Amino acid sequence: MSITLSIIYLIATITFVIGLKMLGHPETAKRGNLIAASGMGIAIIGTIFLHDLEVPMFIYALIGAAILIGAIIGWLIAIKVEMTKMPELVSLFNGFGGASAALIGIVEFGNIMGETSKAITIIAAIVIGSITFSGSLIAWAKLNGMMWKDIRLPKYNLINNLYFIGLLLFAAYIVWTNADSNVIVYLLLIAALVYGVLFVIPIGGADMPVVISLLNSLTGIAAAITGILYGNMVMLVGGILVGSAGLILTFAMCTAMNRSLANVIFGAFGGEEAVAAGAGKTQGTVKKTNPSDAAVLMNYSDKVIIVPGYGLAVAQAQHVIHELEELLTKKGVEVSYAIHPVAGRMPGHMNVLLAESNVDYDKLIDMDDINPQFKNTDVVLVVGANDVVNPAAHNDPSSPIYGMPILDVENAKSIIINKRSMNPGYAGIQNELFFNQKTSMLFGDAKEALTKLLQELKNM
Amino acid sequence: MNQIVEFIDQNLEMIYILILAVFIGVELIKNIPAVLHTPLMSGANALSGVVIVGAILVMLRADPNNFIALALGFIAVVLGIINVVGGFAVTNRMLQMFKKKRK
Repeated sequence: MSITLSIIYLIATITFVIGLKMLGHPETAKRGNLIAASGMGIAIIGTIFLHDLEVPMFIYALIGAAILIGAIIGWLIAIKVEMTKMPELVSLFNGFGGASAALIGIVEFGNIMGETSKAITIIAAIVIGSITFSGSLIAWAKLNGMMWKDIRLPKYNLINNLYFIGLLLFAAYIVWTNADSNVIVYLLLIAALVYGVLFVIPIGGADMPVVISLLNSLTGIAAAITGILYGNMVMLVGGILVGSAGLILTFAMCTAMNRSLANVIFGAFGGEEAVAAGAGKTQGTVKKTNPSDAAVLMNYSDKVIIVPGYGLAVAQAQHVIHELEELLTKKGVEVSYAIHPVAGRMPGHMNVLLAESNVDYDKLIDMDDINPQFKNTDVVLVVGANDVVNPAAHNDPSSPIYGMPILDVENAKSIIINKRSMNPGYAGIQNELFFNQKTSMLFGDAKEALTKLLQELKNM
Repeated sequence: MNQIVEFIDQNLEMIYILILAVFIGVELIKNIPAVLHTPLMSGANALSGVVIVGAILVMLRADPNNFIALALGFIAVVLGIINVVGGFAVTNRMLQMFKKKRK
């Protein structure tokens, strides 16, 4: 390796560390992303041109074509995707990274016949890369609603764990015996792909973000392992940074939902027990309201808090809610948004969605800061959120979300909940808040209902 | 056991760096506000696309007559660069929105 390339890798590594650091602060995040991206750019260009290998021209052409094709596809996806689809997108991209690592492993396995110390890294890259690839695709399909039902074989935990142990033994066997047949490595590839599917399929849709974050971390580890194989520092450090950062992020998400990682992976969240637990609570009457009554209520209040959920984004009602908020503010009502840490489909997702429709940064208040404010609040407007305001998290030990920190909207003087119907939320858990005396339900599509509400308010 | 000892012996320097990098990663991400979790996840995801460097190496080192290695390497480069370009671009798009209203 030329000294120039080594220096380029060194610089790239430093940009990764600095970039990741800057991504953690709102003021510097954008610059951090660009710095890391440019580091990646020079690492890629340096890798292509600064080496001492003799490479025929047509291979350069192939590499150029591959980069051009991939860059255009990636760019188009990135600018076209809707912000509501962000978790799906991260999952898909992540799967591609994993597949890339697995393919590298497959090719290199053919090159190193017999060198055991390299075989360890190659086999690890194949196993981890394939698990990430198939796991991410399943997560992507689930989030897209293509696999709504969580498929659970009987005793799936036992089966999965046994299968995983078998997979590890198989991998160890290949390293141990210095196996050099291509057939055996393709078998390993398939076995690992199957495990990725088995691993993600039983996990509930609501837990997908945690899984994606975990798989993201795994891709980083796969990249780092490939870095060891090539003695390449930028891959090693870049990969490990993602690996450890991803793991921390995974735990942060679990904490926000008051679950352990083991519980996410092995617990049957949203399964039959959950439905049974909530079933007893559905008795009671629901009070309905209409846009004009709701408008009157909000018009004559001093303080309104909006609780946005994913349903708001699905109905594309972010802009309407922003208009509503501006109108109320103009009328002298104090309005803010209560953001639960897992509002949307993953932590911070709701902030992105509201930012997209120009909602003021300062109006988005985190759960811990807004919870004490609910008791001085006249009206809480809950749009498309369910589990994050479910009091069962406080007072029903049998509920699957028991212990999860929630927004204490029931402390407000009155509550308006917009929902399409009485169907339980994403996690499939019934919500007793709907039957609260202070609650009135504004049924209908979020965008339609809010537009009507906005119209009524304008006429006042 | 021999294989593992040999592996550690040959990659000792790498293992040192690996362990230190784990701690740096943890320190960098600790205490990040939930607001930034989504862009951070997507940015980290783009970073993991660094695996593309390996994919390029596969192609550069491939025997020009080894069609399978070239084809697999080609796919690896395409997938890797999608991860990199798409990941950074979408992160930038998200962060741009935050920036807009902080005037």
